[in-house]
Amino acid sequence: MQSIYKDAKYTEVPYEEKLSLFNEVKGDMRYSTELYGCYECGICVAACPSARFYDFSPRVFAQTMAREDVNSFYELLNDNVWDCSQCFSCTCCPRQNNPGGIITIMREVAVNNGLQSAKDALRAYSRIIYKVMTTGTQVSPDMLQPDFFPDWGPDVRDVSLNLDVWRRAIPPETLHTVELAWDVSEKTQLELYMIWKLTGNLEMIENVDEGLYMILEEVMEELLDEHGYDIDDFENILED
Amino acid sequence: MQSKNPIQLNVVNQNLKVKKAVDREFQLPKNPPTKDYRKELFALEAAGEIEIIRVPEPFVEVDTKYGRKKKIPIEHTWHHKSCGQCGHIPGYSTSIYWLNREFGLDYYDPRDQTSCTAWNYYASAASNPAAQAAIACRNFAQAKIDGYFPLIHCGTSYGHYKEVRAQLLHFPELREQVRKILDRLGLPFVFPEEIVHYSEWVHVMRHRIAEKQTRDFSKVTATVHPACHYHKLISEDAIYDRDLYDGQRTAIVTGVVEALGAKVADYSTFHDCCGFGFRHILVSRDFSRSFATIRKIERMKIEADPDVTITHDTGCVTTLDKSQFSTQAHNRKVGIPVISDAQFAALAMGAHPYLVCQLHWHGVDNVPLLELMGIDHEKAWKEFEEVADKLQQDPEAFLTWEDV
Repeated sequence: MQSIYKDAKYTEVPYEEKLSLFNEVKGDMRYSTELYGCYECGICVAACPSARFYDFSPRVFAQTMAREDVNSFYELLNDNVWDCSQCFSCTCCPRQNNPGGIITIMREVAVNNGLQSAKDALRAYSRIIYKVMTTGTQVSPDMLQPDFFPDWGPDVRDVSLNLDVWRRAIPPETLHTVELAWDVSEKTQLELYMIWKLTGNLEMIENVDEGLYMILEEVMEELLDEHGYDIDDFENILED
Repeated sequence: MQSKNPIQLNVVNQNLKVKKAVDREFQLPKNPPTKDYRKELFALEAAGEIEIIRVPEPFVEVDTKYGRKKKIPIEHTWHHKSCGQCGHIPGYSTSIYWLNREFGLDYYDPRDQTSCTAWNYYASAASNPAAQAAIACRNFAQAKIDGYFPLIHCGTSYGHYKEVRAQLLHFPELREQVRKILDRLGLPFVFPEEIVHYSEWVHVMRHRIAEKQTRDFSKVTATVHPACHYHKLISEDAIYDRDLYDGQRTAIVTGVVEALGAKVADYSTFHDCCGFGFRHILVSRDFSRSFATIRKIERMKIEADPDVTITHDTGCVTTLDKSQFSTQAHNRKVGIPVISDAQFAALAMGAHPYLVCQLHWHGVDNVPLLELMGIDHEKAWKEFEEVADKLQQDPEAFLTWEDV
């Protein structure tokens, strides 16, 4: 089947390679609960925020997957999948489809296979992944820097200048933090590292950002070691 | 060839029994289109697979989308914090705690809690269902150990945990993986009877909050933005009320705004997302900014001209508030303060706008709103600056609950 895109970019990529990735998406346990068919009614497109500002359509995802159009799938996997807002407004589908859920699976497949498009999409995002995987909180007060959020106005500069004092001027004890959103106990961070290790999450990161993977492994190994654990004892249970 | 009897278009068939919209009465479906997740959870418990954390008494029962009842606990709550709220909008979480304290309710603010990590998951996909479910269940296990019931502060966490619940119920292999992980961590495999969002707690407390109201909000006009992960992602948990929007939209947030005497103004893009996008708000903000201001804020401004917009999620407050600054350069119709329902309720009950509600962390100028609420913002800011000066002198000192 030819791609629906007349200007398809990835015609040189072997069909077998595309099919393998398509089958990975289809083989995910969640897939059977995300797609039931498509009326082409476009309700999902009307509800979709990304469709208003990008050349993006949840209906095309549902149609492409339902028709098993492997060539168009590969175009979407590389050129559209990162435009989705993951708001799940598209779950208003009268066939109970979840195009946003299909996209979640496709993104995971893109990351697991280290696709260049995934690396490009996540390049600016690595410090966020570092923060959430090492601390258990995704955004922290010290991220509010004028050079990172120049478009958020002068309040970001005020917060940044007064950060230490303003954080101590908040009543809950758990919020007197600057590098974490709240004070996460070391025991809990340790348990989080074990979960990342046991579920192969570090290997996922290695596929898209080897430098970040090495830093994460070092940070986690150090804390586990401090508490008498060997990082190599936590093998990926999903491979069983 | 043209048919001899073409189908007539745009012709009203007088025999069709069609009721005008105003005469229609909304009926809940006799058979909800989804299975009752509680029955499925309790079946797993009966089979010895998982332990269910019961909603503690006292609780209030509310109607949800398909007419089922949902229990919302009043106290003994384990506050599952939000990284976006605590990190960038600290008055949001502080207001939730302040309300609990004002009512003298038993709650717990744990350190043994991670975020759900779903902001990252929806942004980067650098995780998988087993890790996400294990993180959820680790938090729930800790709540069980601490002896409290989880109350979820973040809309993303709330939505994601509903997804995790659906996956755990549907896929035995996922339950097996999570069980193995929790065994390695030495934790019990537990799951709460209900996933409860803090705004649901605010909703059921709204009349008690109104009883303790000290500030008059009758001059305030507000628009409401409901979070997508609250009422679209696994929609059956969301609170609906026949007395609000005739049960056609979620009653969340609107209920408390009305109870506090403010006017709720409608606008045409009520159901639209805020434009957060998870990855977009951090690394592709041109999209978030455009959607938030053009589809939401500007429509509100043109159609309702509110004094404030009230929402109930981390991402929504962030996106709707922070997107407005640079859009002014394009002469867009912006300039609506954005706060959470918890901050709105706390202000109604007399909370300090800066020491408790921490409104100086918000972007849009909220001074006109405070004036409408009858708050002396200049005096209040001076009080905050005095506290900040004292803290500046003593690097070991902190503001405490007793101070506020």
